[in-house]
Amino acid sequence: MKFRIALLLSAWMLGFLPSASHAELAQEFMLKNGMKIIVKEDHRAPTVAHMVWYKAGSMDEHNGVTGVAHALEHMMFKGTKTLKPGEFSQRVAALGGRENAFTSKDYTGYFQQIEKSKLEKVMALEADRMANLVLDKEEFSREIRVVMEERRWRTEDQPIPLVYEALNATAFMAHPYHHPIAGWMSDLLSMTVQDAKTWYERWYAPNNAVMVVTGDVEAKQVFALAEKHFGKIPRKAVPVTRPQEEPPQRGIRRVTVKAPAENPYVVLAFKVPALRDVEKDDESHALDVLAAILDGYDNARLNAKLVRTDRVANSAGAGYSNIARGPVLFLLDGTPAAGTTTEQLEKLLRAEVERIANEGISEQELKRVKTQLIAGQIYKRDSIFGQAMEIGTMEMSGISHTKIDRIIEKLKEVTAAQVQAVAKKYFGDDALTVATLVPLPLSEKKAPAAPKGLRH
Amino acid sequence: MTRILFAFLLTFAGIGTASAALKIQSWTLANGARVLFVENHSIPILDISVEFDAGSRRDPQGKSGTAELTNAMLARGLRATTTPYAESEMSEAQISDAIADVAAQRGGGTGGDRAGASLRTLSSRAERDASVSLLSRILAHPSFPENLLERDKARTIAAIREDETKPESIGSKAFWRLLYGSHPYSQYPTEASVTSITRDDLVAFHNTHYVANRAVIAMIGDITRDDADAIARQLTARLPQGAPLPALPAVEVPAPSEERIAHPATQAHILLGLPAVVRGEPDYFPLLVGNYTLGGGGFVSRLTHEVREKRGLSYSVYSYFNPMAQPGPFQAGLQTQKEQTDEALKVVRSTIADFLRNGPTPQELKAAKDNLIGGFALRIDNNRKILDNIAAIGFYNLPLDYLDTWTAKVEKVTIADVKAAFQRKVALDRMSTVIVGNAK
Repeated sequence: MKFRIALLLSAWMLGFLPSASHAELAQEFMLKNGMKIIVKEDHRAPTVAHMVWYKAGSMDEHNGVTGVAHALEHMMFKGTKTLKPGEFSQRVAALGGRENAFTSKDYTGYFQQIEKSKLEKVMALEADRMANLVLDKEEFSREIRVVMEERRWRTEDQPIPLVYEALNATAFMAHPYHHPIAGWMSDLLSMTVQDAKTWYERWYAPNNAVMVVTGDVEAKQVFALAEKHFGKIPRKAVPVTRPQEEPPQRGIRRVTVKAPAENPYVVLAFKVPALRDVEKDDESHALDVLAAILDGYDNARLNAKLVRTDRVANSAGAGYSNIARGPVLFLLDGTPAAGTTTEQLEKLLRAEVERIANEGISEQELKRVKTQLIAGQIYKRDSIFGQAMEIGTMEMSGISHTKIDRIIEKLKEVTAAQVQAVAKKYFGDDALTVATLVPLPLSEKKAPAAPKGLRH
Repeated sequence: MTRILFAFLLTFAGIGTASAALKIQSWTLANGARVLFVENHSIPILDISVEFDAGSRRDPQGKSGTAELTNAMLARGLRATTTPYAESEMSEAQISDAIADVAAQRGGGTGGDRAGASLRTLSSRAERDASVSLLSRILAHPSFPENLLERDKARTIAAIREDETKPESIGSKAFWRLLYGSHPYSQYPTEASVTSITRDDLVAFHNTHYVANRAVIAMIGDITRDDADAIARQLTARLPQGAPLPALPAVEVPAPSEERIAHPATQAHILLGLPAVVRGEPDYFPLLVGNYTLGGGGFVSRLTHEVREKRGLSYSVYSYFNPMAQPGPFQAGLQTQKEQTDEALKVVRSTIADFLRNGPTPQELKAAKDNLIGGFALRIDNNRKILDNIAAIGFYNLPLDYLDTWTAKVEKVTIADVKAAFQRKVALDRMSTVIVGNAK
């Protein structure tokens, strides 16, 4: 089964630690039209991951048309001036390729995995749809229904995703991270093919795109192919998304979601710094290590204490992804065990951070976390796809992929005192949002009425 | 849920393959353990999996969940032993910390047929020795502490109750129940069955099933064949010999039925299928090639075209064969807004019916082969994928040249082969249907 992925890589789903490789260094090249090409050679197997990333995600949308970044992603498979709807996928399939696309808050990406001799063919296809997409009204009217089914499947019928939707909408009032990647259902219902067209024309330009290729290729050859297929696509004036900075939070916020489920769930989101400058943002690196001390391995603090020893939770976790265009959150979450309430679990999760703030961490814990970091750099080399994802995610956030190794070095330098300091500084009430799932029995929830006006 | 996730894994793993360059070395130890090894020095890592005939089909009657709990509790504590080595006891926390200290990653799990443990470790001597030695003990000397069993049972039951609210889990359980009647494949853990499991049950299950003579050890990575042999011996040195396991009842295709289960979700979840295919059977390749056209080929399959592209009825619609030790299911499914359930189901049924009647067109057959053969390299392009493939080859006793002959077997499938195999295995009037969310 293949899915176009809407929610992949939302901030809290990304692995907690980016890691680097001692293998071949990635090479970078800029086309005259402003498109960046990044190639990382890896000759272990005769395959290639080819990706084109656009710096346009749900955070670039406006009110009333939320979800359009994702809807356009679906429409990118619906034909160009020379390809019929669906033909893109047929051609990739005929080459033995696997393909998909993903939309996040920060970007939209398209990829193919193929045997190496097929690279030029998929590149030509990708270049074609960067410039020549045809947005047909009939196709759109069908595809937007698929998009709505996707939203139902991923969010409307899923208690935990509903909680995260409410969490983001509560934590972010001014910043567009307020809106779900999939868009609000009402916006999907009123979306038109013109909305998709406007989006495509505004953002799909070579100077707003980055190509990432990893695998069994020669970098120079890839640059030449990119020049050949993308080089003639003209640059566009791409708008600048306004800062829409989130004003400082002035007190704890709470939101409750009732949905059919068995177990309650609670997630705490603290506003903390993102990583903007790898050299200077030591607090961000320290927060990264803090997340690993709490939840970076089997017997890390939250699982050891709350699940294994005290048995007050069935699961407990921490997450911090500092690589993003917008503001980031440090998350603590968990499902209480029988006999514990979400209110109690909320306090217990915070108590673990407070314990670090008061007592610090042991050198042994710190060493353990760093050991995993170093090994992670080696393990990640097993996947060319994973390495391409890492490069693309960094680039989209505004941090060069050349900093990947440097981040690891900086993480290795983090001290126990720095971890203790961030645990003290960032986990008060004032910048905290708490979202709680209140389970409803299956029989009590009334199914919403069917959307009107969809059939044609 | 575990079973379904595992099922997908099997489907993909099983159809994987090798370039000519992939050399699988295989041998059997004196204690009966089977070893499959691929030497690969491109990254300084080693991946290992050790599997047994210890899947959920071996659950004792009325105690569904025993196989899963036994596997999940392997690393909850190790007992002190004197033979074959003097080793002291270890707690759950000590085991976890010891693994983390050498940056190893422990995996594993329980499927319908097999269960076991896996390890990813750095191949450097100190780290490798420490992690392999720990894995050997985890497989052989779990202490199954009583108090942790109570904790893990409570967590398992909470998860079961959660699953009972989710349409996809409800549907999947009903699907296996309808298809497999009284066969063990139909069973799944319930609150009652898990409650009844005791520490003695785990000890007995472990002693009977985690045995040297049925161990299948798959390895790929940065070690030599001599290293691999030594590691395989170490991994099984502490394991006992097991008596033959009882034969399992045959799978019988039940009378077709339709079950509709009420649920408040906005979408209905629809599943249809029947028991169909055994690992390694001759019909497998025609079924694989044919199903690419019917519902396996992602965005280009007939089901996706008819249900999603032409009518916008669903985000995901698929069909696949899940070959198992005994006939595993053919399954087709989708999710759609409730009000469209009957329309969508009709389209799925007529698409399958048409395919059964006429098979693929010559163009479709070519497209299927182009994709499967052209994409073959992607099935074995990293250690993790190769490990999955050789583990399946070992467990299901597939020929060692399975990966080498894979593309040739795909290539030689004809339209007549596809039609004949589908007609043998899949008939609309023998298929059962589960619909969660649209009760009538």
